[in-house]
Formats: sequence, structure tokens, C-alpha cells
Amino acid sequence: MTGLALLIPVALGLGLLGLASFFWALRDGQFDDPDGAANRILIDEDD
Amino acid sequence: MTAQPLERLGLVHTMLAVPAMHCAGCMGKVERGLAALPGVTEARVNLSARMVAVTHADTLGPQDLVRTLAGIGFEAQTRRAELTRPASAVKPLLAPLAVAGFAAMNVMLLSVSVWSGAEGSTRDLFHWLSALIGVPAIAFAGRPFFSSALGALRKRRTNMDVPISLGVIIATGLSLYETAMHGEHAWFDGALMLLTFLLAGRVLDAMMRDRARSGVDALISQAPQGATIMEADGTLAWRQAEALLPGMVMRVAVGERLGADGEIVRGASRFDQSLLTGETTPVPVQVGERVLAGTLNLDAPVDVSVSHVGRDTTLAEIARLMEASEQTRSRYVRIADRAARLYAPAVHTLAALSVIGWLLAGASLYHALVVGVAVLIITCPCALGLAVPVAQVVASGALMRAGIMVKDGSALERIALVDCALLDKTGTLTMGRPLPDPTVLAALEPDTASVALALGSHSSHPLSRALASALAAAGHRASPIELVEERAGEGVFARWHGLEVALRRPESAGGTAASLQIEGRPTWLIPFADRLRPDCATALGELRQLGIEISIVSGDNAAAVAEAARATGLTAQANASPEEKQALIARLQGAGQTVLMVGDGLNDGPALAAANASMAPGSASDVGLQAADFVFTQDSLRAVPRAVRTARKTRRVVRQNFALAIGYNFLAVPLAMAGVVTPLIAALAMSLSSLIVIANSLRLAR
Repeated sequence: MTGLALLIPVALGLGLLGLASFFWALRDGQFDDPDGAANRILIDEDD
Repeated sequence: MTAQPLERLGLVHTMLAVPAMHCAGCMGKVERGLAALPGVTEARVNLSARMVAVTHADTLGPQDLVRTLAGIGFEAQTRRAELTRPASAVKPLLAPLAVAGFAAMNVMLLSVSVWSGAEGSTRDLFHWLSALIGVPAIAFAGRPFFSSALGALRKRRTNMDVPISLGVIIATGLSLYETAMHGEHAWFDGALMLLTFLLAGRVLDAMMRDRARSGVDALISQAPQGATIMEADGTLAWRQAEALLPGMVMRVAVGERLGADGEIVRGASRFDQSLLTGETTPVPVQVGERVLAGTLNLDAPVDVSVSHVGRDTTLAEIARLMEASEQTRSRYVRIADRAARLYAPAVHTLAALSVIGWLLAGASLYHALVVGVAVLIITCPCALGLAVPVAQVVASGALMRAGIMVKDGSALERIALVDCALLDKTGTLTMGRPLPDPTVLAALEPDTASVALALGSHSSHPLSRALASALAAAGHRASPIELVEERAGEGVFARWHGLEVALRRPESAGGTAASLQIEGRPTWLIPFADRLRPDCATALGELRQLGIEISIVSGDNAAAVAEAARATGLTAQANASPEEKQALIARLQGAGQTVLMVGDGLNDGPALAAANASMAPGSASDVGLQAADFVFTQDSLRAVPRAVRTARKTRRVVRQNFALAIGYNFLAVPLAMAGVVTPLIAALAMSLSSLIVIANSLRLAR
């Protein structure tokens, strides 16, 4: 039971952290241009 | 970044639509090309919307940016900033999906411990924790379904969201009761998983619509509509279309579209009316004759006295016809909703019957209610909710790769049913623009062709542009020419290595042609004609194989239509006005046929809106693009049979999905009615049936 008292809050906290960062990304406009984000990594900066 | 600090620095924002961007290479070229322009501080491409946002000094005009992009091979148009980003259908669903996913995972984790044998106070703790996560998450993530179900119930109808909402709400209520009573089973995990799966289906559906819409939006030109007005004192000023008044005099340059209906007061020219009437031969007009908004001035600048503006023009008349004819489509009931009409009453009757049955058999009210709820949860249309959207998203993705944009899922359902196709001639069967005779082009000497390309690229006349792009496509390079002069109504004149060269109107203007003159060499006459699309015959053959009757309906004159009819072996109706096209479709529909309209022009707009399903080429008028369900961006007409084939395959897969989902219910419902279904069984059954439906739909990707 003592293990649970520690593990459950940790698990929930990590999950909430993930959820919060997703909301941050959503508000930050990172889902405005999914195609562009996928392709941008392929742009060759040298030429 | 707000507008004020930008303005203080002398910087402005400009949005440009660049429809031709499609890969990382294009993005790099556009961004670097714009950044290299002095005065540009930042250029950032949004590939999903095919737009580029440029921050630049206010000394640069949008026209400079457009020209720079044209220089590196991208056609661009300016967009008004407020119109650039229409609300996306996906975004409002992402947050509910994230919350539902997060909650479902965590609650499932707790449920697994309960299933593996947690008892007593541990189980109670886990149930309370599940409730703590589950209830707010369900309240937040379920809103899209609750509001849609409420909307349907208010109109005394039912849709898929009604059984979903009922199932979720009842499951949550019962679970709360169980938790408070230290019961054995809580259903929070089931309700949350259901919401997660269904929201995933909704997001997919919305993604499909967003993708198609941004593709079409990029094609539609939002260039300011208007005209250059000659004021009383002789000065010229650009006025927006809304600011035009009858009696004003417009000066219409060559290559410009008319902003309003009117009467010629000075000059004579020929007008291309193909967009409005389907007529391919340019119509000569003189002083005193009527010209219509939307038509293109081909030969010489003219002054036009405005007679009708805004809602009085022929253009606006066509728009009204279109609005009136959208009923066929709004009357169409989507497959999922048709299924829900049968499904929802059946499920609710079953649940009620189980409650009554258990009560009659002597069970307590509480036990009977638990069984009834189990029936509602197990039949909650998880797989049914995914059956349609997953199949349609996969199919539309496959079509998108083939260059066909699908506006929404119901379009796929409607086009699968067509048994009769009407094709417009100009711009649909044919390319819709004059193309130079390929045999003559092949016969030109290389340096002659280079001169022709150089001359053609100096003019915005449609013939010059067609010639230049055909020669450039054949691999020719423009040779350097000097002293270029374009004389309206005559042609382009220049000097090449000291020789006089010209691309001009032939002296005896029979048909559409251009004459290429180089001093000391024989003159070339290059005929232009509107040609049938490549693969036209194959495409029509494929359509016939699909059991679709085809005929041509065109606004062009009888001779031109007869020629196309002969070449394709189709029956044809010529000289059809927009009203007549629409009436023809209504007649066919009255005779029990399901009509597919393929057309591009303004004159096809009402017909496109009235038909059961419609398609337009990417080169179509804005009206055509907006009215059509499908837009194909490649030249080949084979996109039409391809769309029909894919739609029919999709319908087959959707039906299989329904069969799978209902088959699962046949197995699960008796178990639920017998009262042996636990939350564990429900969770397993739900995931399994969803996975099977998704796997079946993925077959459409091939």
C-alpha cells in the first residue's frame, strides 16, 4: 500500500505533465502546419 | 507580434497563396528566394495551407513579392490577412481527444489492477481515483457528442450521437453509484475508451475535410475584383467591385476580366466568354454592344460604360441559381445517420426489454438496471462510429495522392451511387484553353523556337502565354531579345541580333492563330485550338464499364460541340444555358437517375450544385471549384472513373464494417442480456471490434 501511495501520484503526475505539454504545443501553434513540419526537416540549407 | 511595433519599424505582413508548393524543395526555394529580396525580413511557408507569410519593409509591394516568386517558377496570389486562416475543423477536437486519451490510459491502468484482483479498500480507492479522473474528462471530452445529440433531439430526430451520449452518461452515472456503494464493477474505463475511439474517428473525418479545403482554397483566386474607372476629369483609378456604380466608365486592358456588366463606349475587341457560356470562339464586340462581367478581354483595350453591378449582373444571377439548387444535396442522408435511425431504437428497445425481463424473472430493480446498462454499453456503437470515417479517410488519402481532392465524406457516398454522367465540353472534356498545334511547334528550328519563347514570355496575352509555356515545356530556352514592345491588338515586337522579330496577329484572322515573323526567314503560322484532354477516350471507356451513361452538355455552339461529340462518340446537347443544364439534371433525377456533373465554368455552377455528385478540374472557375464535391488537379480525365471506382470500393468496405460491427453485437448482446458481461469483457470486445474495423478499412489504401 505504501508503494501505491507513492506510485499512483507519480504516474498521474507524469501523465498530467504530458497532457499539459500537449496543450502548450497546441496553443503554441505547433499543429498549424503538420505537412510543413514534416517536410521542413528535409530542406537542404546548403544550396 | 502585434501590428503596432511592426508598423513602427516600417514593416508589414503579407500573405501569399502559392498553390504549386508541395515538397521540402519547394518550401526551401520559396523561403530562400523571398529572403534574398532586399527588404524582406522573414518568409515562412505553411505547407498545409499552401501559403507563405512574409514580413517585409513597407517599401516593397505585394506585386514585388509575386514577381520574385514568378521568377523562381511559382505562381502566387496575395491574400487578405483576415481571410488567410479559416477555422480548422480539426483543432477544436484535438483538446478533447488528448484529454480523453490521457484519462482512458490512466483509468485503464487502475482498472487492470482491479481486474487482477484488488479488493476491499484498495478497490474502492482505485474506483474513486478513476471517478476523479474520469468524470471531469468525460464531461469535457464528451461535449462534441452531447451537443450534437441535443441538437438532433431538439429537432425531434436521432443520430449516431444520441445512443453514444446516452451510453456514456448512463455508464458514468451507474459507475458513480457503484463506487459510492463499494460495488464490484465500475465502467469509467469503458466510457472513456469509447470517447477516445470515437473522437479519433471524428478527428480523422475533420482532417480529411481540412486537407481538401486548404487545397481548394489555394486554387481559388481571391485577387481583388474590380475595375479601373475613368473619372470625369480623365484620371484613372482602381475601384473595388462593390464601389462600382452604373454609368461609370471602366477602362479594360487586354487580359483583364470585366468587373461588371456593361456596354462598349470606345474601341472594339474580342471577348472570351467561355467561363460564362462555354463558348470557345472569342466573340467580337464593337461600340454599343453588351459585354458581361467575368468575361476576358482578348485583343485591345476598350472603355465600357457600366450598366449592371453587384447583384444585378449575369454572374450574380448564376450565383442565385446555385443557391436555389443545393437541395438535392442537403436532402441526402449520410450512411451513418441512416444506420443510426435503425440502430438507436433497436438498441434502446433491447435494453428496455432486458430490464423488464429481469424484473419479471424476479431480480431486484438494481440488478435489472445494471443489466440494462451493460446492454447499452456493449452495444454503444464504437465500431459503428469508426466504420464510416476510417474507410472514407483512407480512401480520400489514396485519392489525394492521385491528385483528386475530396471535399467531404458524404461526397464519396454520393458519387458511389451515380449511374449517369453529364460532361461539360469546354475546360472539362477539353483543356479549356487554346493550345498551339504540337506538329507546328515540333517543326520549328531551335533558334526560331527560342525567339518565339522570348517573345511569348513578354506578353500576358493568353495565346502568348500558352505558346511560351508549351515551348518551355518542350525544353527550349528564351533567347535574348531587345527593344521589346507590345502593341495592343497587334502583338509583341522586338529585335534579335539586329533582326526584326514579331509574334503577332495574322493579317487574315481565320480561326485562332499567331504568326511568328523573323526578318529574312519565312513566316510561321501557329494555329491554336482547344484540345481534348489526354486519355479522354480511355476515361470515357472506363466510365462506361462502370455502367455509367455519359453525355455532353455544353453552352458552346452546335458546330464545336458536334466536333467533340464525333471525336468521343457521345451524345451531346449544345447551346445549353445554365438554367437548361440545371433543368436537364432535374429531368434526369425525376426519371430516377443519379447524376454526376463534371464541369468547370461559371455556367456549370448551378448544374454542379444541382447534381447528386459533381467534379471539377483544378483549372475551373472559382464558382466551379466551390460548387464541386471533387477537384482533380491533373490534366487526365481518368480522374473521373478513378473517383467513382474508389467511392464504390469505399462503400463496399463501409458495408463490411457495418456487418462486422453488427456481427459483434449479435455475439455480445445475448451475453449482456444474460447479465454475464463484466467491464473487462466490454473493454476487450470494444477494442477488438474497433481494431478489426480499422484493419478492414486500411485495405483501401492500396
